[in-house]
Amino acid sequence: MRSETLTLNIGPQHPATHGVLRVPVELAGETIVRAQPVVGYLHTGMEKQAEYKTYTQSIPQTDRMDYLAPLSNNLAFCLAVEKLLDIQAPPRAVHARVMLTEMTRLASHLVWIGTHAMDVGAMSMFFYAFREREKILALYDHVCGARMTASYFRVGGLAMDLPADFLDRLSAFLDTMPGYLAQYEGLLTGNAIWLARTKGVALLSREQALALGVTGPTLRGSGVDWDLRRDMPYGGYEDYEFDVPVGTHGDAFDRYLVRLEEMRQAIRLCRQAIAKLREIGPGDYRLRDYKYVLPPKEQVRTSMEALIHHFKIVAHGFFPPRGECYLGIENPKGELGFYFVSDGSPKPWRMKVRSPSFTNLQALDPMVRGRLIADLITTIGTLDIVLGEVDR
Amino acid sequence: MNGHRDPVDDEALRILGAPPAPPRTSDLDLEVPEELRRSLFFARAETLIGWAVNQSRANSIWPLGSGLACCAIEMMCTLGPGFDISRLGAEVMRPSPRQSDLLIVAGRVSLRMAPVLRRLYDQMPDPKWAIAMGACASSGGIFNNYAILQGVDKILPVDVYVPGCPPRPESLIYGVIKLQEKILASGVELGPLVRKRRPKEGA
Amino acid sequence: MIPLTPERIEERLRERFPGVAFHRQTGEAVRDHTLHLPAERLVEVCTFLRDDPELDFAMLSWIAGVDWLPRVPRFEVVYGLLSLSRRARLTLKVAVGEEQPRVPTVTGVWSTADFLERETYDFYGIEFAGHPNLTRILLPEGWVGWPLRKDSPLGYEEVAFTHNTPGRTKPDPGLKKLAPKKVRYRAQ
Repeated sequence: MRSETLTLNIGPQHPATHGVLRVPVELAGETIVRAQPVVGYLHTGMEKQAEYKTYTQSIPQTDRMDYLAPLSNNLAFCLAVEKLLDIQAPPRAVHARVMLTEMTRLASHLVWIGTHAMDVGAMSMFFYAFREREKILALYDHVCGARMTASYFRVGGLAMDLPADFLDRLSAFLDTMPGYLAQYEGLLTGNAIWLARTKGVALLSREQALALGVTGPTLRGSGVDWDLRRDMPYGGYEDYEFDVPVGTHGDAFDRYLVRLEEMRQAIRLCRQAIAKLREIGPGDYRLRDYKYVLPPKEQVRTSMEALIHHFKIVAHGFFPPRGECYLGIENPKGELGFYFVSDGSPKPWRMKVRSPSFTNLQALDPMVRGRLIADLITTIGTLDIVLGEVDR
Repeated sequence: MNGHRDPVDDEALRILGAPPAPPRTSDLDLEVPEELRRSLFFARAETLIGWAVNQSRANSIWPLGSGLACCAIEMMCTLGPGFDISRLGAEVMRPSPRQSDLLIVAGRVSLRMAPVLRRLYDQMPDPKWAIAMGACASSGGIFNNYAILQGVDKILPVDVYVPGCPPRPESLIYGVIKLQEKILASGVELGPLVRKRRPKEGA
Repeated sequence: MIPLTPERIEERLRERFPGVAFHRQTGEAVRDHTLHLPAERLVEVCTFLRDDPELDFAMLSWIAGVDWLPRVPRFEVVYGLLSLSRRARLTLKVAVGEEQPRVPTVTGVWSTADFLERETYDFYGIEFAGHPNLTRILLPEGWVGWPLRKDSPLGYEEVAFTHNTPGRTKPDPGLKKLAPKKVRYRAQ
């Protein structure tokens, strides 16, 4: 008697694949023998397009990469270019960036918990999570005009100053958030069905995780204590106090606990950033180095040099030195890095995006070997991939 | 439409074939063969049956969950509790194209995804509509390069274009309302209903 | 914890591989410590960097290809390494010519190189000798050409306006004006 494996295509259009991911699954009966993901259905040519646009013109592209955490992508881009130019944003901009990036982490983990729980079966989590997310999106709308794809950070600071009552609104929102997190925990953490679906599922050992280059909460869930904000700090995180949750077993339940705790730490970081901003008071929100950063509008209208700088930066872009640099930050999904090669012209010679979801997706195959299809759905959810980032 | 041929277009045409004519019934300028015409029952929108059918089609559009990129997240927000789209009749987002009426193309369509999207559209039963949500689906958006189809209307007929990057949920809801107006104004084709065959004059 | 300085890394590499021509990249704004090395010794050097207890570069972070047309050799493959226990990064570069763009694979050292090398192959056409499955990953399977090379076009399509499209008039005059839907708004 001859037996073969059955190839089942979980196609690019699927309610639970978080975007256009295709996984042709080879099944022996009901157990998975191989599940190698096929990506590229959202390939956008962002790296090629960045070679034809100036640095500032590429910032809106970065929003569309990891579209669940857009400000985080903007931060990585701006910090990498600032490292290349060897400039630093003023303190008000630094703390505002930290505050908004942590809000983005909160928003991204809310979508994660909503969609992951919905895929596993707890549909009401989706509505709870999106209810909170609406409030965060309203706050983004207040700060920069766009709900999701903000493009609010620029090289050297922010695009515009924070509105006057923004800190109060954000404080009020953060005061309500721990109650909601307790609600999510009450719904899921002790839930017998949730435990049965996520405990012992999607196991990834420490050695496997390091060899596969996995970063972010997926790595921390496997027991590796590594967080770029604490271990290789960037953009002002040196002055902040926060804890980094680490899991033990490397299964989906541990990653769920890690991300839930990260949401709490994000609230804590946001509160510290608000306190620092209140202490600093009003100030520069952009660096006053007009070779690279736009001068303020009042000066453009009155001073000739400022007008020339404005014209040069807008019409041509700024001219960075010849060289290259790489900077990685801790995105909600993992390590997001930008590698720039500059040849002295306003357009980068090469922009390479180190995308966390692309690298984490390689862990899908080892995690589901020998399991059932329902575990495959749980695994895709717990890896927290965003196809915009995978395919760029 | 364009004067010059772009090689990217030719590539898409080679993969996908030419775009189809819209399958929608509009005001009865149809080329319907004679045998078929005898067994179909046409109604204009003003008649009672036409009105009733249009009302039921417009107020219960079930979309297909074909979210591709960032616009898909705004589509999920429109389904969520803040801006509820089910009050317009789009109660459930069906996972299968065989059970849905509306294809909301939410997000940028890459050349690799275009045949898949075309096949999804073909698998949907009539009557079906398509909304191009966002700038990338309408016309390529901010991505004008080798990898992105410059507008999903190159491969399927679109009824409503919703601009924005991404469009706010209110915009998408307005787009769905505009689609409902379009449905309410369209002619209706019901069939095949068996009618008594009259002998043909002159054979 | 004594931080691992770039000079110490280079010192260890030179003492372990005395015959290999390591060459540090210098320049106006080269912000990371970058070492060039020949392609043949790549796998040995990477294995040493991963296994040595003092250096402990346990993770390969990223692989990038760069096209330096019209320089000879034309391509470069850049490897970004990360040492978690020593909190250090290192960048390695391998120069690749245009006629025979071939580099040995490092999937044996870090299994994350699987997708990363496929992506570099997809964009530039650089072959990685020994890779288990070197096929296109992001572009469609039948695509011809290497899009990120400097001589491949962007694929920009001219946007059609009324001024640059012959024969195009204003929107179709036969379009019907639709009757607005009767909606009753209830005040809050």
